[in-house]
Amino acid sequence: MNIKPIIEFRDFSFQYFTQSEPTLRGITLQIFPGEKVLIAGPSGSGKSTLGHCINGLIPFYYKGESRGTLTVNGVETKQQNIFRLSKVVGTVLQDTDCQFVGLTAGEDIAFSMENDRVALPEMKERVLKAAQMLDMDRWLTLSPFELSGGQKQRTALAGVMVDDVDVLLFDEPLANLDPATGKQAIEIIHDICRDRTKTVIIIEHRLEDVLHREVDRVILIDDGQIAADMDAHSLVASDVLKTHGIREPLYVTALKYAGVRVTPASRAGYMQTLRLSAAEKQQVVDWHNAVQPPPPPPEKPPVLRVEHVDFSYDAGKQVLSDVSFVIREGEMLSLVGRNGAGKSTIAKLMCGFERPDRGRILCGGEDIAKKSIKEIAEQIGYVMQNPNQMISQTLIRDEVALGLKLRGTDKDETEDRVQNALSICGLRPFRKWPVASLSYGQKKRVTIAAILALDPKIIILDEPTAGQDYRHYSEIMDFLRAINERGITVLMITHDMHLMQEYTPRVIALSDGQVIADRSAAAILTDADVIGQANLKETSLYALAQLAGIPDGTAFVQRFIDEERRRGL
Amino acid sequence: MRNALFAAQKLDTPIHRLSGLTKLCCFMLLTGAVMFSYDIRVILCVMAFSFAMLRLSRITYQSIRLMVLYVGIFLLINAVLTFLFSPLYGTEIYGTKTVWFTLLGSYAVTSETLFFILTKMFKYASVIPLGMIFLMTTDPSELAASLCSIGTPYKAAYALSLTLRYFPDVQREYRNISQAQQARGLEMSKKAKLRDRFVRGLSIILPLILSTMDRIDSITNAMDLRGFGKHKKRTWYVKRPLCRGDVLALSLSAAILLGTIAVSVFVNHSRFYNPFV
Repeated sequence: MNIKPIIEFRDFSFQYFTQSEPTLRGITLQIFPGEKVLIAGPSGSGKSTLGHCINGLIPFYYKGESRGTLTVNGVETKQQNIFRLSKVVGTVLQDTDCQFVGLTAGEDIAFSMENDRVALPEMKERVLKAAQMLDMDRWLTLSPFELSGGQKQRTALAGVMVDDVDVLLFDEPLANLDPATGKQAIEIIHDICRDRTKTVIIIEHRLEDVLHREVDRVILIDDGQIAADMDAHSLVASDVLKTHGIREPLYVTALKYAGVRVTPASRAGYMQTLRLSAAEKQQVVDWHNAVQPPPPPPEKPPVLRVEHVDFSYDAGKQVLSDVSFVIREGEMLSLVGRNGAGKSTIAKLMCGFERPDRGRILCGGEDIAKKSIKEIAEQIGYVMQNPNQMISQTLIRDEVALGLKLRGTDKDETEDRVQNALSICGLRPFRKWPVASLSYGQKKRVTIAAILALDPKIIILDEPTAGQDYRHYSEIMDFLRAINERGITVLMITHDMHLMQEYTPRVIALSDGQVIADRSAAAILTDADVIGQANLKETSLYALAQLAGIPDGTAFVQRFIDEERRRGL
Repeated sequence: MRNALFAAQKLDTPIHRLSGLTKLCCFMLLTGAVMFSYDIRVILCVMAFSFAMLRLSRITYQSIRLMVLYVGIFLLINAVLTFLFSPLYGTEIYGTKTVWFTLLGSYAVTSETLFFILTKMFKYASVIPLGMIFLMTTDPSELAASLCSIGTPYKAAYALSLTLRYFPDVQREYRNISQAQQARGLEMSKKAKLRDRFVRGLSIILPLILSTMDRIDSITNAMDLRGFGKHKKRTWYVKRPLCRGDVLALSLSAAILLGTIAVSVFVNHSRFYNPFV
């Protein structure tokens, strides 16, 4: 082969001026025109930095010291500039809200042409063409407030495709999308690759979700180095995923539990290519039948009742209609549904931020209608998605003590409760540290500790694992489970299917302001109707059950969940 | 949710169809006319015109109620202060002194000063509807495009447009943070002492600033990666080519300005109209 690589790293290292250690070390990597490559790796592995090097944010925006060479289109990036690079490499950022600088979809797509001084008639024509390519020409006049997450992402994509770039770089394209929209995004990206005129690089840690469609290679980055560079089949058959903190596809895990040896010949990189021999299928069936499901635990008394609640922000559009459910003491459950289904609104009603138009909410048997936000917070704690939205004090101890201080709790008791909350959250050694010195996950713990100090019965968490890699996800969730085991009821608003499956036995699904399902996670994740209405997607375990010829897919998923529990994962 | 103050309403009226640049120029021409002249007859004509335009743009009273209230308060304070600081200013201008009655000492209420104050109030009252029309019927991007066309550096114009663009997001974020802080026990009511309220205000502002800084960083990246600031000039997707309506509106506004000047020069021989001699 005599094709020149479009991107070539040769013994490339990079260190940010603000860091004491290099983030990338000795990277040697070639990417060829027309290839579709997945760059995977845990948070902090350097995979985003690698992306920044390709699109020119390094060295033109983030400063640091680099060694070795990196060429894009045959020219050293250092000798180009960010504008020239942006004509070759188009980047779709993970936060499409921030990428959306225009006031309408059309204007946003035109942004790079505006900066290039393209004349108006040509600009309109090219915008329309790019929009048609992505089947979004009907939304050109809509504003970001009117577009869904998936539509915003298409806009961002059209905005880079309008320049006819050679390389498309997707920086964590799935981070802000619900499972169904994420699946569509992967399909759209795949369609773009089909004619092999574009090189596509996807940076993402959710391996299984990206492998919904084929990729040519997966490059695994960890600790600033390339840990693996192979095709998907060999990758999932090896054990590098586990050692580098990337979650392997669920069906692969299930196969391993069943004792099936996964080899490159199993073609297990993608669910749709997986081949199992009759003997292997039997192994899966035997594993499924080996254990009877444990009996359901006895029902505890209710701690919170939502009864026939209606709500609308302004007269006209009903946000919630006739919502009822009961949460029992010590439960850990998920609230799911697509954006705008009313999940956050329910949480706001429970905390008293908004009040129902009709119906009532009872906590511990008492109607919360007459209580102030502050009083409700002593029973129902609310943890926002981003810890930076909650932290207002400089020292950890002060942050955790804030709620008690504002309630005029006496000094000794405050001290006791703060110490207790800090030790539950594993933050006791840090209590005199400034909050700013903590990592994201630790900050999250601080915000949870601050809520726990008030000793609530229930805590509600909004997207507790959003944007976290497997290791941080497990850390946060195991911590929440530990809190739950102390008797605190935990309700989570989430899109994360792994979270539902692994941590919450019960799931409430909302759609258009109504409860459409209130069942076990296994039942929800295998119910096509609910999956469709709540923008989830079918779990690959269900597909595996079908492949192995197990008729009751739901029971198979439940079997898997029980097995994970048993193994203490 | 949209921001109430600058919500560019999507309506299709002759005013909405004008390009942003035209609206800005007309606004400036008419403002020039009203600022130049102290002839109450001319001012009343312009005022009638601007209210007609407000009507034509189908802006509802609902959407500008708050602004009208602020403007009303401003006008009132302005009138009172003008009187307090120079109760005889009218006499200085018009040369006569018709005293109605005397308040304390030298505070005489004269027809001349009242007439002057009235003229001044009408001046503001005729310009403000035009400003509202401009703000309410021009979306932020078009505003930036028009500012840029009259010579504002495009980076400054774009910064303004981005601020308006992200304002609703920041507003929503503020509300969320404030609710979460209230849940922790933050009393935002007037019962708290001023110093406490200041400190508590900080505990909302601090997280807001931090999360806004994160956002700004990402937006800057997104803009850099798409070539913002590459050239000295840029083009604007939302810019509308000038059409017949624009020419008409511009000529009309220019005519009103020239008419005002003509009245001052040929009829009044001064910027003031003097009914007292």
